[in-house]
Amino acid sequence: MSVAPVISFENVSKSYGGAAPVLDRVSLDVREREFLAIVGPSGSGKTTLLRLVNRLIDPSAGTVRVEGQDVQSVDAVTLRRRIGYVFQGVGLFPHMTVAENIAITPKLLGWDEAQMSARVDTLLELVRLDRARHRDRFPSQLSGGEGQRVGVARAIAAEPKIVLMDEPFGALDPLTRDAIGEDYRRLHDELGLTSVMITHDMLEALLLADRIAVIRAGRIVADGTPHALMNGDQDHYVRELMATPRRQAERLRALSDRAP
Amino acid sequence: MNSQLAEALARLPAYLGGHVAVSATALILGLAISLPLALIAMRRPGLRNLLLGAASVVQTIPSLALLALFYPLLLGLAALCERMFGVGFSALGFLPSVLALTLYSMLPVLRNTITGLDGVEPAIKEAALGVGMTQRQSLVMVELPLALPVIMAGIRTAAIWVIGAATLSTPIGQTSLGNYIFTGLQTQNWVFVLFGCAAAAVFALAVDQLLALMEIGQTRRKRTWVGAGGLGLALLTIGALVPTLSQPRATYAIGTKPFAEQYVLASLIEQRLRDEGLSATIREGLGSSVIFNALRAGEIDAYVDYSGTIWTNQMHRSDVKPRAEVLAEMAAWLEREHRIKMLGGLGFENAYAMAMPRARAQALGIRTLADLAGRAQNLSIAGDYEFFGRPEWAAVRMTYGISFREQRQMQPEFMYSAVANGNVDVIAGYTSDGRIAQFNLVVLDDPRHAIPPYDAVLLISPQRVNDAALVSALQPLVDAIGVTMMREANLRASGDRNASPGEAARWLWNEIQKKR
Repeated sequence: MSVAPVISFENVSKSYGGAAPVLDRVSLDVREREFLAIVGPSGSGKTTLLRLVNRLIDPSAGTVRVEGQDVQSVDAVTLRRRIGYVFQGVGLFPHMTVAENIAITPKLLGWDEAQMSARVDTLLELVRLDRARHRDRFPSQLSGGEGQRVGVARAIAAEPKIVLMDEPFGALDPLTRDAIGEDYRRLHDELGLTSVMITHDMLEALLLADRIAVIRAGRIVADGTPHALMNGDQDHYVRELMATPRRQAERLRALSDRAP
Repeated sequence: MNSQLAEALARLPAYLGGHVAVSATALILGLAISLPLALIAMRRPGLRNLLLGAASVVQTIPSLALLALFYPLLLGLAALCERMFGVGFSALGFLPSVLALTLYSMLPVLRNTITGLDGVEPAIKEAALGVGMTQRQSLVMVELPLALPVIMAGIRTAAIWVIGAATLSTPIGQTSLGNYIFTGLQTQNWVFVLFGCAAAAVFALAVDQLLALMEIGQTRRKRTWVGAGGLGLALLTIGALVPTLSQPRATYAIGTKPFAEQYVLASLIEQRLRDEGLSATIREGLGSSVIFNALRAGEIDAYVDYSGTIWTNQMHRSDVKPRAEVLAEMAAWLEREHRIKMLGGLGFENAYAMAMPRARAQALGIRTLADLAGRAQNLSIAGDYEFFGRPEWAAVRMTYGISFREQRQMQPEFMYSAVANGNVDVIAGYTSDGRIAQFNLVVLDDPRHAIPPYDAVLLISPQRVNDAALVSALQPLVDAIGVTMMREANLRASGDRNASPGEAARWLWNEIQKKR
């Protein structure tokens, strides 16, 4: 526990103009190899929190540290190149092939062609896409699931230690979503990543993450393991959030009990 | 028909060369200015509105006017430059055309570049930053490629506009495919007019399609297509320019105003110079005020003007004097004020004259303008675009108290048949026009000398005043051409007789020599 956190927020606030702050003095640590899910409703500030990490947004107050360094003291572009990012709604470049999309950060980092090509093949395999079929396709020719697999491959292409994911699987059908979630969790473990995933789906968070932070109106209202959240004495909103998955689980159990 | 087509084809290298040179330069310059400007304006809303507003205003100026405006502007600049640095530049032809067309090409490129870049989804731009691109890399690797189809559409529009508008650079002295159109209109050579329009259209379409090929090649990632398109454009440009560039530069430039008689006389001058072993080019179809300034500035070396024009437009005189006195005073004034040499009168007048069908005039008992005044309130008159605004018209009205039932402006070519067919009763025609005899019109006398004399005079630019070779080559033309001879030559050169200005000029020279 004495190991320094990979990502840490210290009293971070973010506000635009005079309105109520989007984030209000948030403090949160993410440890190495941890899979943290940030759960909250729309407008709770969860996406803002994520973007502060790779400086797509700068904080109004407080300090964000990545691997111990204050991100304000680091060049934003360099920082982003060493942090993977999976965008909400895929965010692939429509004029580039799958291979070019995946190899974009390595290319920006100046890798040579052979290195990039080999990396693309490895990554396609890692995200379970067919090398021959998908390599030279354009994003418009992919299904939603395939597109998000490419999105994941692009995020981890330059071998980052940290991956940020903004509602990565939100737009997918339940089966695909489940499969990709599982696959990502496997990658997270195999590659020793530190992952931060944003979601509004508590069930997804409970099933994938090591730890869940619940954010509401710019404040962290709960922070703990799935187990702790399921069983702990929580504030009203968190209890409500937990109620749905719990009810679903009970119904499923009831259904299987009744079976002959 | 065939000979006209052959003549049109023979002129194609020179006209197309001029057209390509001016439109390619303008387009490249326009792109070089507009693209970076659009990129700068992208992140500055104030500048962006200003730019788009200014470009739109430019677009609303008729292209002909825009081209015409640049000539006096540059003339002033050139004079200033000459005075301050001792080096001037030519304000005629290429430079004003290029500048006006460049301005003209900017709006579509600016607007489409800005719209195209605006149209890139914010999510994609954020992804570009998220994967670690700098703003610049995002622009080059993501935003510009995604906006390319819209930007290319703007470039193609600009190309078509510029190639089309370049035909209008003829009146400010730039050789272009417009020479066919202007010459053709003035000499009723419809083959020329159609040929010019078709050539400009084919050229515009070819450029448009080659640009389209490059665009499709870019989006479909066919390098060869992009290459083929670029190669095609390069070949088109070089192919059109080589004949012009490889031609030796002529020593003398002769100007013409935009009508048949001027084309014939310029051809005559050119042939005289060639016979004496000198080389000359003709700057066709210059506007009336452009041509005098061009001579004064030495951009052309010689041209034929008319005494009445200089008298009223340049000397600002409103009194009317006999022919000989006007010529003498004018020669002295040109020499004194502008160091322009008046070599002499050619021997005929091309004055404004009221004309009507002979039979009609006899039936109404009209012989003079005074007779006409009594009848005019029931008659209609047609004149060219200039006439009713000119001092001559005011003088005629004042002197004779004439007022017509109706006055109409017409292209001079259509005036004569209009009066012959009875569409109008009287026209303000030109005394040396061949169609006066052709349509059996009678020119009404001007007993009170309201209309100043319009002797054709040969003018030489200040720096050629002491050019003995030029002067001796042109001397035989002085006082050598009578009005009947000129009318016949003009008639030959306008449309229905199938003779080119060059052929009419040769006929004229033969007649001149016969008379000797």
